[in-house]
Amino acid sequence: MQRLLLAILFVITGSSGIAQGADFSVTSAEVQPKMVKIYGAGGIRGLEGYQSGFLISNQGHILTVWSYVLDTEYITVTLDDGRKFQGEIVGADPRLEIAVLKIDTDSLEHFKLGDAVGVNSGSRILAFSNLFKIATGDEPNSVLHGVVAAKTPLNARRGAFKTSYKGPVYIIDAITNNPGAAGGALTTRNGELAGLLGKELRNSQNGTWLNYAMPISELIPAIEDIIAGKTRPRSLNEDIARPDIPHTLKTLGIRMVPDVLAKTPPFVDSVTAKSAAEKEGLRPDDLILYINDRRVDSCATLRNEIELIDQIDNVTLVIQRDDELIEIVLQGE
Amino acid sequence: MPNLSSDEVHLGDNFVTKPLQIIALAVLLFSSVLPALKAQELIVPDAVLASQSKRIAAIKKASASTVMVFANEGKGGGSGVLISPNGYALSNYHVVQPAGTAMKCAINDGKLYDAVLVSIDPVGDVALIKLLGRDDFPAATLEDSDKVRTGDWCFAVGNPFLLATDFNPTVTYGIVSGVHRYQYPAGTLLEYADCIQTDASINPGNSGGPLFNENGDLIGINGRGSFEKRGRVNVGVGYAISINQIKHFMGFLHSGRILDHATLGATVSTDENGNVVVTNISESSDAYRRGLRYGDQLLSFGGRNITTVNGFKNVLGIYPRGWRVPISFLHEGDRIDTFVRLSGVHSPEELLARVQPNRQQPGGEPMPEGEPKPPAPRPVAKELPDVVQPFFAARRGFANYHYNKLNQNRIWNAYIDQTKPQDINGDWTLRGKLGNLGDASIVLGKTRVDADLPQGKAFAILDNDLGQQEAPRGSGGLLIALHLWKHIQQTGLGQFGDVYYLGSMPTPKHNEKQDVLVATHSVIECRFYFSPSTGLLTSMEMYPDLGVDPCEIYFSEYESVNNRMLPRQLEIIHGDTVYGELRLEDFEFNSNGGTE
Repeated sequence: MQRLLLAILFVITGSSGIAQGADFSVTSAEVQPKMVKIYGAGGIRGLEGYQSGFLISNQGHILTVWSYVLDTEYITVTLDDGRKFQGEIVGADPRLEIAVLKIDTDSLEHFKLGDAVGVNSGSRILAFSNLFKIATGDEPNSVLHGVVAAKTPLNARRGAFKTSYKGPVYIIDAITNNPGAAGGALTTRNGELAGLLGKELRNSQNGTWLNYAMPISELIPAIEDIIAGKTRPRSLNEDIARPDIPHTLKTLGIRMVPDVLAKTPPFVDSVTAKSAAEKEGLRPDDLILYINDRRVDSCATLRNEIELIDQIDNVTLVIQRDDELIEIVLQGE
Repeated sequence: MPNLSSDEVHLGDNFVTKPLQIIALAVLLFSSVLPALKAQELIVPDAVLASQSKRIAAIKKASASTVMVFANEGKGGGSGVLISPNGYALSNYHVVQPAGTAMKCAINDGKLYDAVLVSIDPVGDVALIKLLGRDDFPAATLEDSDKVRTGDWCFAVGNPFLLATDFNPTVTYGIVSGVHRYQYPAGTLLEYADCIQTDASINPGNSGGPLFNENGDLIGINGRGSFEKRGRVNVGVGYAISINQIKHFMGFLHSGRILDHATLGATVSTDENGNVVVTNISESSDAYRRGLRYGDQLLSFGGRNITTVNGFKNVLGIYPRGWRVPISFLHEGDRIDTFVRLSGVHSPEELLARVQPNRQQPGGEPMPEGEPKPPAPRPVAKELPDVVQPFFAARRGFANYHYNKLNQNRIWNAYIDQTKPQDINGDWTLRGKLGNLGDASIVLGKTRVDADLPQGKAFAILDNDLGQQEAPRGSGGLLIALHLWKHIQQTGLGQFGDVYYLGSMPTPKHNEKQDVLVATHSVIECRFYFSPSTGLLTSMEMYPDLGVDPCEIYFSEYESVNNRMLPRQLEIIHGDTVYGELRLEDFEFNSNGGTE
């Protein structure tokens, strides 16, 4: 019935982008059940402990942004109907600054990634998010309206915006650059998914804030890899084949910080002189996030993963140095 | 081939002879045909044109009722909106508070009007002012804001950044981003409950101004936004007080009083099952007397299902102190549906201390606030402009007593016009039947009240403490209540005791909001409810003491007896029980010894 209503409205208003009759209230009602509120780490001044997300599968997969909010064992996901679930991180791609969570339920309304659309400059858009944590429980997310001002590569502004995402973004005139809006959904006027609202970004040169979203098409391969488990550490599989002569931290020339915690963050302590690591520019205090596309969350995981890489193969590390993500390839022998 | 305009065709008629002319013509044609071609391609669908003219009409209508408030010699101000032809206008408390009692207001007819403060609602951040000098102001149409849905188009009109020095307000368009939003108060003031969230730009100076739906009908009063890092300018999140909340307060806002919001006398939280349960309850609250206890689950309140704490606060925030609101809860597995009287957030003295002038304050610049700070107490009244003088009366506890007196007189005169009680100043005798129990007669005398009821005889001595006499048993003090009913009619408002107009509210038996006069005689507080449509007294409550259930009498079936409107039916209720229905067959009035 709602679809029919929508179709009728569309006929009435024609296809003009400025027609006023498009009933956003119908669109909002359709989109809201797919939106979630995410609560995690933070909560101190300037670091809000919440963000937005939306369902992308009927198995409870949720797309959101990768941020400090997810840096906790206890991520709470509140559905549009008010039900609360604990969210597990399925995986993340720090280069795109996205993460996929999963909650233990199914048959939920969700966006189908395959149906995501591209939008052009001038397209009318809606932005759904829980900015400022205005909604709690079963209260719906906030909806802002606007148009796409431009589709442009974010890396054209490299140096101005501190983000590791280098792909194209939609610049929009809805003010989405607000606390908690990141992870929200950018949709067309009809509620078709078009983008993921990005993290707060401020131009370091002129102090302006950027309202933008990442096109879903840019994210799909990474999301699919995450859901398929391609970013999970291989060492979690017990029956994995092990090479006869693997790499070791020592042969690569890397010394990690002392492993004293259950999950010691994998920071580089020192780099051996004249080693492959030094040659490729690895430095003390670099944080290793990925090794051969597998996510590394501790020194132990790093060691286990290295043991699975044959010495003849390359080792690709994604490291975080200050606010920058750097890829370093250590050649195999 | 596109059609050419007649001018261009005329040019073509001559284009035979000289090559130079032909070239010139070609250039001319080329340059003139191109725009013509473009004009041809731009076919604007009728729906767009219709939508456009609808929008123009809506903005025109809405802008006319928008008020620009200028206060403090032009250093402060904000917005407002006219809601009646005789000049009543809504604004924010935080806009008018720094202005004091009188202010200057402009509308887009290009004129500046004197305006006077009528009432303030500091908790709800609402104020009612009155523009003076006309009775044909363009007033906004009040919409039912519960019909507003997320995604609806809306627009704000007002005076952002006090730009409207030419008296033409600024219009900002947007959509409704959320409804039934709850935004916490600053301390106990400026609570935005059940408000409308919009992405139409709401900036400093928009405060107090109207939010309209796409038809140009009033859905809310803008006053607040969520801000953070960009200072106090719009970041896409503005809030408007819903016009339905203000409708609840409308009678109160005309009372010239300093209004308070309500509390249930209980706090709630969400339990592990997601139910909203009572976590604390005051034993002196009406909710407690109605049976609400610790651990009970709240099901509905004010006619809305309660699923979250915010939902509960939303309902609580839209009612004035003193309203009776339907409530349903589960107590030990039993569902209880009843009405509960809401008490105040503050004691009257507390509220007064927060808002009354007590020291000279420089006027602050009113702005929508992220984490709002209550404005400084009102500056000590300056010399009022001459035109404002007749519309202001100072009285402790009131924003402007003039408007309270005005309403007292309005209500009382409408009542005594029909009942003419002042000339029957002797004893009154009422005879009739109490339900189907049997005959009843009650003599309301000067020094005592005597009743002969089916249950037995009862009396009250009027020289004794009235608060201690609850006869007949189980009625909550019917005889004293009837005495005071007679007494106020005989003395009029002036001689009865302390009387003020409270505002208007529905009762469990009247959906139409009734005008309420609160009258205190010695220590007994009575509330008299009058129907605004008939002007007649429809019910009264007599409180022998604070913290107990009153004796309620509902008057109905008025008939003209000797050219006097008299009630034939009196229903008496005490607490949760109906004491009886008194059917009056005969009235006997001794006016100075005479009998009717």
